Amino acid sequence: MGNVIGIGAAPKRKEDQRFLTGRGNYVSDIKRPGMTAGVFVRSPHGHAVLRGVDKSAALASAGVIAVLTGDDVKVEGLGGLPCGWGISDAKGVPMKEPPFPMLAQGKVRYVGDMVAFVIAETPEQANAAAELLTIDYEVLPSVVGVLEAVRPGAPQLFDDVPNNICCDWELGDKGAVETAFRKAAHVAKLSLVNNRLIGNPMEPRAAIAEYEPGTDRFTLWTTSQFPHVVRFLMGALVLNIPQHKLRVVAPDVGGGFGVKQFHYGEEAVITWAAKRVKRPIKWVASRSEGYVSDRHGRDHVTEAELALDEHGKFLAFRVNTLANMGGYLSTFGPNIPTNLYGPLLGGVYTTPAIYCNVKVVFTNTVPVDAYRGAGRPEATFVLERIVDVAASEMGIDRVEIRRRNMIPKEAYPYQTPVLVQYDSGDPMGCLDGALVAADVKNFGVRKAASASKGKFRGLGYSTYVEACGLAPSRFAGRLGARGGLYESATVRVHPTGQVTVMIGTHNHGQGHETTFAQIVSEKLGVSFEDVDIVFGDTDRVQFGMGTYGSRSLVVGGAALSKATDKVIAKGKKIAAHLLEAAEVDIQFEAGNFSVAGTDRIKSFEEIAGAAYVPHNYPLEVLEPGLEEQAYYDPVNFTYPGGCHIAEVEVDPETGTVTLVSYTAVDDVGTVINPMIVEGQLHGGIVQGVGQALFENAVYDEGSGQLLSGSLMDYCMPRADHMPMMKVATHSTLCTHTPMGVKGCGEVGTIGSPAAVINAVVDALSHLGVTHVDMPATPNRIWRLLQNASLPVAAE
Amino acid sequence: MKPFAYHQPDQIPDAAKLLTSIEDSKLVAGGMTLIPTLKQRLANPPALVDLSRLGNLKGITDDGATITIGAMTPHAVVAASKLVQAKIPGLAALASMIGDPAVRSRGTIGGSVANNDPAADYPAGVLGLGAAIVTSTREIAADKFFLGLFETALETGEIITAIRFPVPLRAGYTKFKAPASRYALVGVFVAKFADGVRVAVTGAGPGVFRVPPMEAALSENFDPSAIAAIKIDNDGLTSDIHAEADYRAHLVTVMAKRAVDAALS
Ligand SMILES: Cc1cc2nc3c(=O)[nH]c(=O)nc-3n(C[C@H](O)[C@H](O)[C@H](O)COP(=O)(O)OP(=O)(O)OC[C@H]3O[C@@H](n4cnc5c(N)ncnc54)[C@H](O)[C@@H]3O)c2cc1C
Repeated sequence: MGNVIGIGAAPKRKEDQRFLTGRGNYVSDIKRPGMTAGVFVRSPHGHAVLRGVDKSAALASAGVIAVLTGDDVKVEGLGGLPCGWGISDAKGVPMKEPPFPMLAQGKVRYVGDMVAFVIAETPEQANAAAELLTIDYEVLPSVVGVLEAVRPGAPQLFDDVPNNICCDWELGDKGAVETAFRKAAHVAKLSLVNNRLIGNPMEPRAAIAEYEPGTDRFTLWTTSQFPHVVRFLMGALVLNIPQHKLRVVAPDVGGGFGVKQFHYGEEAVITWAAKRVKRPIKWVASRSEGYVSDRHGRDHVTEAELALDEHGKFLAFRVNTLANMGGYLSTFGPNIPTNLYGPLLGGVYTTPAIYCNVKVVFTNTVPVDAYRGAGRPEATFVLERIVDVAASEMGIDRVEIRRRNMIPKEAYPYQTPVLVQYDSGDPMGCLDGALVAADVKNFGVRKAASASKGKFRGLGYSTYVEACGLAPSRFAGRLGARGGLYESATVRVHPTGQVTVMIGTHNHGQGHETTFAQIVSEKLGVSFEDVDIVFGDTDRVQFGMGTYGSRSLVVGGAALSKATDKVIAKGKKIAAHLLEAAEVDIQFEAGNFSVAGTDRIKSFEEIAGAAYVPHNYPLEVLEPGLEEQAYYDPVNFTYPGGCHIAEVEVDPETGTVTLVSYTAVDDVGTVINPMIVEGQLHGGIVQGVGQALFENAVYDEGSGQLLSGSLMDYCMPRADHMPMMKVATHSTLCTHTPMGVKGCGEVGTIGSPAAVINAVVDALSHLGVTHVDMPATPNRIWRLLQNASLPVAAE
Repeated sequence: MKPFAYHQPDQIPDAAKLLTSIEDSKLVAGGMTLIPTLKQRLANPPALVDLSRLGNLKGITDDGATITIGAMTPHAVVAASKLVQAKIPGLAALASMIGDPAVRSRGTIGGSVANNDPAADYPAGVLGLGAAIVTSTREIAADKFFLGLFETALETGEIITAIRFPVPLRAGYTKFKAPASRYALVGVFVAKFADGVRVAVTGAGPGVFRVPPMEAALSENFDPSAIAAIKIDNDGLTSDIHAEADYRAHLVTVMAKRAVDAALS
């Protein structure tokens, strides 16, 4: 038995060796023989009729190989970019699904919409030629905000989508909610905006495509979180390339956060173009290009009402949301503000009746899709904010009102009125743990200390739950998914006992090469160093849905666990033969097969050897080799949750909010590697704090220009914005995943925005402030204080 | 980036000659501002004239009543200079607040002053201290140098060689960082001399400017309370997605008070 590093251990991450020594292999590191350079020419207008493109000057420019436009796509009769989810309204009418051509045809619908692809010998030549294109636009007024887009007379993006409404979606029992509201002792109301975000992964998107005439095969290297899905969507639905003739490779990818979990037009165009020019083509987005082409996140406008009885018990919750889809439907677009939002509105509470209406709206902005948390941070924000509003209006302590409504640990499994059934959880335990960890008891002392410096201090809570581990295929199918959502893993045991795992998830920062190796090490008793995890290549990995929605461990890890179980089962058969015992008498423990109650034993290595050198082997009943595969389709979502407590200090003179303390106690189920979980929580919390305090994608109404189109104007959270975080887990085990895991990739982002804003509102509540929209920038806070015309501390 | 010729002269007159003889050619110092504009293809100079080989443009000298900082001196050197820290601590503090360590190691005082970005920090220090901009051909008083948005009194072919700062009795700089860029949303430099006080504001408007009412009040009483009630007019101040003009105007008073505090401490 080797160096087992199993479940619960915290080894350093295997992948960091190559990342930290500059040995990573990213798309832009790859060079192919004869490679050319491609650049996309993008619309500078938010909305315009595309009258035509004059390519002549560009084609004559030095080094230019080809210039492709929407007309060329049309001539070849290629498909548009498919949407992976088809939602319907209450009457069952399917959403409006206008075509999303891979290069614009007839019209451009957002700044950044792709108009042409220029291929030249070098990037400089391609850029120079791109500037020589004459593009004839008839500029139309743009509409960028959801409120404006649904108003009568608003600019219309598509002729057959009246009022720009893609779908008028609803969930829940409207009648029951209305009845409950009539009986309510108190109704809390809240209007809020969930600000639009831009993911900004460290590595910009990039792609290389190559066509080999000899084999008629295409290879696409792309910065993707789900290469098999790209192969399927692009091959089968856009370019008509048979699956066996298309290889998609997503090598090392420098962060995704959702931005890279869609099939993008750039991937289709470059693959198609590679065959036309008969040479490999590389495209690497600049940071600025990412701002106007990476899918954005969030962007809701919401009205919410919570009905309560006289004791502060929640009777019903009603939410009306306008959700921005941008100019076209992206891969998961319409699924995010509907299926991943409405079902989370129950939170950790026993609210018996919930109704949610979401109008999904087209605007002249970059398509909006999943961004870390995807729908669930938006739901959590609405719910956790209105709980605070209700508490303050009814004069009930914010912790107390939560306790009165929380689902007790004993009540699990708990069926909510909005589809989902929570299998396990202990929200009260997380709350209690967080109250202690955050030293809430002594908050008054700290608040007084701040006051003596002229600062306002506030405390904010967020007790939340999320749904992850996307997703039971049957359930997803009912909600409109057009694909399955299982995961697959192959465990290949080599003749010498080392293990290679081929898995369909994709590691782009999460530490899978470590976590998954720990699972194998634990289960097979092999050395941690003797396990390699292979992912991101459709020629090497059987199949997979990729990484998003905190699904990798929950769904992929489950497939891996099942595949290792199969290896053990086969190993037992081999051991039974070698040890001349009955299969039922063979035990597998700590890397050894033995006959129960005897000292007859075969090591895992010996069994692997026998499987590949089957001289003494039951060939009549058993195949040689030791390699097993499993597909796992989850039976339910998993429901991580927890309690986050933020503490802020506001400088009333400048409006600056400083996050002074942050505590998170989360229930993520079984923890495989506590260090990696802590890292995921840290990163997730920082992204949530980013949304709460700093980040905002701002468009100019009318022109559709993105005003926050660079890091100079789009404020990312930075290390010096953060205090040391106190992060702990308080886990209950998931009852339906093989290892009891729940996932931890998004919890930080989901719990934190509400905690931070609740703290800011608390800090200002003595001045009559009841809500602060995100991001709570100094300018916004100062203005709020001005408008309340309140005395601002003078020195 | 588009192709350009690259020159690295070692004499100032040679550099000046290149600049005047090659139309639209540009000086490059630290390149922290210029290179990004080239990469984004916003500027297309046919030639770059690199100042790094010119002698004597780097370094800080103590002239008694003044301190002279060579144009090619990087921000990090000014920030860490014992001399500047001792004689004009507010200026060392200002340099330490510019950008990040990489930018401070490459970016130069000459480049910053020549560029005159409306949100840059050095213009506030130069105007607030009433410095002289020494060029290849003359000396220009700060009050006559900054002409508004990216505009200066520099002529084509004129090269900044140094900035000469009078040593004040006290000086302080406070900067309210723009959230994303961390340039100055509003930065205020306050300097007290024997013959009066100067107050210079950057970030708030299209160019660095002085605030005479604050200067008068502080000359009477060099204390934050002296200017707490002085509000500057919103007119002409910048409004953008980060801050409207009235907020910037408010911040000028707050930052000026804090700059006085910093000067006193
Ligand atoms: C990420 C980042 C953050 C930054 N943050 C800040 C900040 O917080 N505050 C701030 O003030 N600045 C900031 N800057 C700007 C930085 O200070 C620059 O270094 C400075 O503005 C320009 O100096 P440079 O030496 O790099 O000049 P260059 O980029 O080389 O040149 C700038 C311009 O000045 C001209 N020039 C250069 N030297 C001379 C000379 N001696 N005589 C005449 N003309 C000359 C050049 O021709 C060019 O037009 C930031 C820059 C970056 C990239």
